[in-house]
Amino acid sequence: MAFSKRNPIETVVAIGIGSALFTILGRFGSIPTWIPDTNVETTYALLALFAVLYGPLAGVLIGFIGHTLKDLTYGTPWFSWIIASAAVGLIIGLASGKVRAVIDDGDFSFKTIIRFNLYQIAANAVAWFVIAPSLDILIYAEPANKVYTQGLVAGASNMVTVAILGTLLLAAYGRTRVKKGSLTREA
Amino acid sequence: MGDNRRPAAEFKGFSFQYRAQSEPTLHDIDLVIHEGEKVLIVGPSGSGKSTLAHCINGLVPHFHAGEMEGEALIGGENLAELDIFALSRKVGTVLQDPDGQFVGMTVAEDIAFTLENDGMPQAEMKAKVAAAARSVGMEGHLESSPQSLSGGQKQRTSMAGVLVGEAGILLFDEPLASLDPEAGRLAVEMIDDIHRQTGCTVIIVEHRLEEVLHRSVDRIIVMGEGRIVADLSPEELLSSSTLRELGLREPLYLTALRYAGCPIGPELKPASIETVSLESGGADQLRAWHEAAEAAQPLLAREPVLELEGISYAYDAGKEVLSGLSLSIGEGELVGIVGRNGAGKSTLSRLICGFGRPTAGRILYRGRDIAGDTIKERSERIGYVMQNPNHMISKHLIYDEVALGLQLRGAGEEEIRERVLETLKICGLHPFRSWPISALSYGQKKRVTIASILVLDPEVIILDEPTAGQDFRHYNEMMEFLLELNRRGKSIVVITHDMHLLLEYAERTLVIGEGRVLADALPADVLTDAALVEEASLRETSLQRLAARAGIGDPREFVRRFIVRDREARRS
Amino acid sequence: MKARMIAYRHQDSPIHRLGGAAKLAFFAIWSVTAMMTYDTRALGFMLAIAVAAFAVSKVKFADYGFVLYLILFFFLLNHIAIFLFSPLEGVKIYGTRHDLLHLAGRYWVTEEQLFYQFNIALKYMTVIPMALLFILTTHPGEFASSLNRIGISYRIAYSVSIALRYIPDIQRDFQNISHSAQARGIDISRKEKLLKRLKNVVGILMPLILTSVQRIETVSAAMELRGFGRGRGRTWYNARPFRTGDYAAVALVVAIAAVTAWLTFRDGSRFYNPFR
Repeated sequence: MAFSKRNPIETVVAIGIGSALFTILGRFGSIPTWIPDTNVETTYALLALFAVLYGPLAGVLIGFIGHTLKDLTYGTPWFSWIIASAAVGLIIGLASGKVRAVIDDGDFSFKTIIRFNLYQIAANAVAWFVIAPSLDILIYAEPANKVYTQGLVAGASNMVTVAILGTLLLAAYGRTRVKKGSLTREA
Repeated sequence: MGDNRRPAAEFKGFSFQYRAQSEPTLHDIDLVIHEGEKVLIVGPSGSGKSTLAHCINGLVPHFHAGEMEGEALIGGENLAELDIFALSRKVGTVLQDPDGQFVGMTVAEDIAFTLENDGMPQAEMKAKVAAAARSVGMEGHLESSPQSLSGGQKQRTSMAGVLVGEAGILLFDEPLASLDPEAGRLAVEMIDDIHRQTGCTVIIVEHRLEEVLHRSVDRIIVMGEGRIVADLSPEELLSSSTLRELGLREPLYLTALRYAGCPIGPELKPASIETVSLESGGADQLRAWHEAAEAAQPLLAREPVLELEGISYAYDAGKEVLSGLSLSIGEGELVGIVGRNGAGKSTLSRLICGFGRPTAGRILYRGRDIAGDTIKERSERIGYVMQNPNHMISKHLIYDEVALGLQLRGAGEEEIRERVLETLKICGLHPFRSWPISALSYGQKKRVTIASILVLDPEVIILDEPTAGQDFRHYNEMMEFLLELNRRGKSIVVITHDMHLLLEYAERTLVIGEGRVLADALPADVLTDAALVEEASLRETSLQRLAARAGIGDPREFVRRFIVRDREARRS
Repeated sequence: MKARMIAYRHQDSPIHRLGGAAKLAFFAIWSVTAMMTYDTRALGFMLAIAVAAFAVSKVKFADYGFVLYLILFFFLLNHIAIFLFSPLEGVKIYGTRHDLLHLAGRYWVTEEQLFYQFNIALKYMTVIPMALLFILTTHPGEFASSLNRIGISYRIAYSVSIALRYIPDIQRDFQNISHSAQARGIDISRKEKLLKRLKNVVGILMPLILTSVQRIETVSAAMELRGFGRGRGRTWYNARPFRTGDYAAVALVVAIAAVTAWLTFRDGSRFYNPFR
């Protein structure tokens, strides 16, 4: 109901709650993989979903605030990656218009999956292959080969995470928005 | 009526239909609520009472869009033409969910929220907040975070936050839904005090009639299926059969009077246990009924299924939540566990399920220590149903949700199908098996979560507040369902604040407090013990007061006999 | 799930008495300055100030000690990675090469590399104490008004406040949800295969997200009913007026930033080079 128009107050609240979720999942929602030092960061699937549901402004701010708060609970903000997270939210949020309209109608097709994934791959590529390593070099003057390797690993792992988890969440969310009316009791 | 007072809210031939619904939720409402009145709106779930409330505070149509017909005037202005900010100056709302309304980081900040939005200078704001906090008794908690407060304290903060806005109409949306009985009593008294002191128009939406009538109201509006069914004084309403016809609960003392054969009419002044007139024969009839009624049976000795021996637990070192707690759950028993918030009831169920390890003591299942069993293994013997069904549901379709536990245990397709369908039949969900869960009501969702636990065939089922936030009909359905499971041999443990549940269903009541079991007794004995009632944040029932007023020497025995009689009535 | 987070504790010290807005501005400018410079003298000077501020604040080791180990661990890991990926990064930066020790293959320990990595360490050591201090000495209720004060729109500032307000509630939801999932047999630990684990995670994320979406609706309705977003601005119950100390702190950090910038960019390079 409240989704039909994007209410500015709802966006404010979504940014707050989304950032809180990002923080919690960032701390407790990492799943280790068989590749050393590489985790499935479930929090990026959440970021993708919220960016789609609440738009690019919410996406960019959830990435920024959520990542900052998560880092601050450890004590050290890592600014280059915070900005990269914000970029992920922003770019996926740009896909919001078309994808969300489809989801609100409870009509989640293969085309929507492709569209969502194109945006998320672009978002993760820009954020982790370009923004994060460049900022690492600019801010921290870290060795280029190190930061590009790290960016590559993080970007690839986030792409896969969002492709699997993000798509599943989007589909599951879409199903909860199915309109009533066609339901009959069975004997 | 030739009323000269100005209307605070007025509906003329008003209908409303939500955009997503195929039928109107409100039909042809004609209603005037006058300035300074205190009005109670009652009705079962789905009767449209919340929607009516939302038409007063403007959530309809500004937050929930839809089609309006007819006219709605709030403070003399047309609802359709008012924006929600203008409305928020006229109507202050205390929402049902205290955590949703409490947006501040501290009590003081939350009370100040409306003032901050108005851009009030800080000095003026501080004075107003301090005064509002004093008026609801929260002045000692100004710097407390919401996480450190009880439900009742959060609600009082919300009330103060509404009072500072100085709106002429105060709307309370199911104020008792998330409170324990003691906090509920305080809330009703506080609302009444606010009404007297401010002279505001007060509108309370609630289905728990007896609790609200603890303090008087001017009028009761009864809603049913989107229409106004009755608009009467409390005396008139309680003398009529409207409540029972709509499936709403009448006050307990009136049920007792009916059992005793007293005709209930306006001349009896039935609106309050204090005013109800017993002099014209009522007292005699009650005494005669009491003498004749069947005495209560003592507790049955039962074979223990689950035993806790000397359990201690602390979240932070040094602060023990449980210290040396022992209890026993018998085979095929239905036990109620009560205790104030933070007494350790939830901790107890978490330890039993294996979500934490006791620092001392043993948990025995059929005599065997289960310390070495995993969470998964335990869940096949002891099922735990959380209060909020949304925390448990992860699948789209009912069938899949119920099948999940078996699938994860590697059961065969055929066996899963058989057991799931059987469970769905028991739970009355069989006709809905291929429905999406999102299409179900709250009570049905709750049933799905019970089914998803039941399918693993545990012998003990622990339920956390199974009836919270449900109206009388849904309460009845839920409890009759649990009773049915109980008759099939399951031991049922219910953690609850619901006194009706204790009276009507529990065989035995355990009171938890100070980290241990303070009492293990018949529900009637707990509810008539003033010290236990206070310890567990319960209230004494109106039955006890009725017995005292009728001059019955042993009110406890009267409550026991009432319970026996009442359960018989329920069975037939 | 029992992991602690560092959090504000009520105490009294000159640092605690500073307003949130001043501390936020201080921390922001401080961080940007530390990010920008690689000048060893500037970093050393900043570190000395950071340590002094830490001492003045009287914060207790017990309140932050547990994150220090974590920080130290990542810190070491990062240094090893830098060396493994680029053992001669220092040589590249400073343009000279003084070998100290040959390890194996292309791995030489050089004076330049040690100095370069020492500078990275300094950079972190100037930011970490200030980040900790900011969190430990600023009441979270002051965050939003402080952000608004330094020029961020009050709506966005308030969303930070909402995040802080609901983190504990959402953590509790998350715990409940994962408990009930575990009881059903949903396993996300290492015992389960990765793909299965991912599928199981959806079983935990979905209820968490749906509960949160509902929460967003309730909270925004409540805020709307209480007039949030009514005006172009709003006042703050917890805002603290700028006092002398606040002006002094901001003046100090601006001075540090200016001196650092001058030191750093005077010779056209971010790096202070002792090898030339």
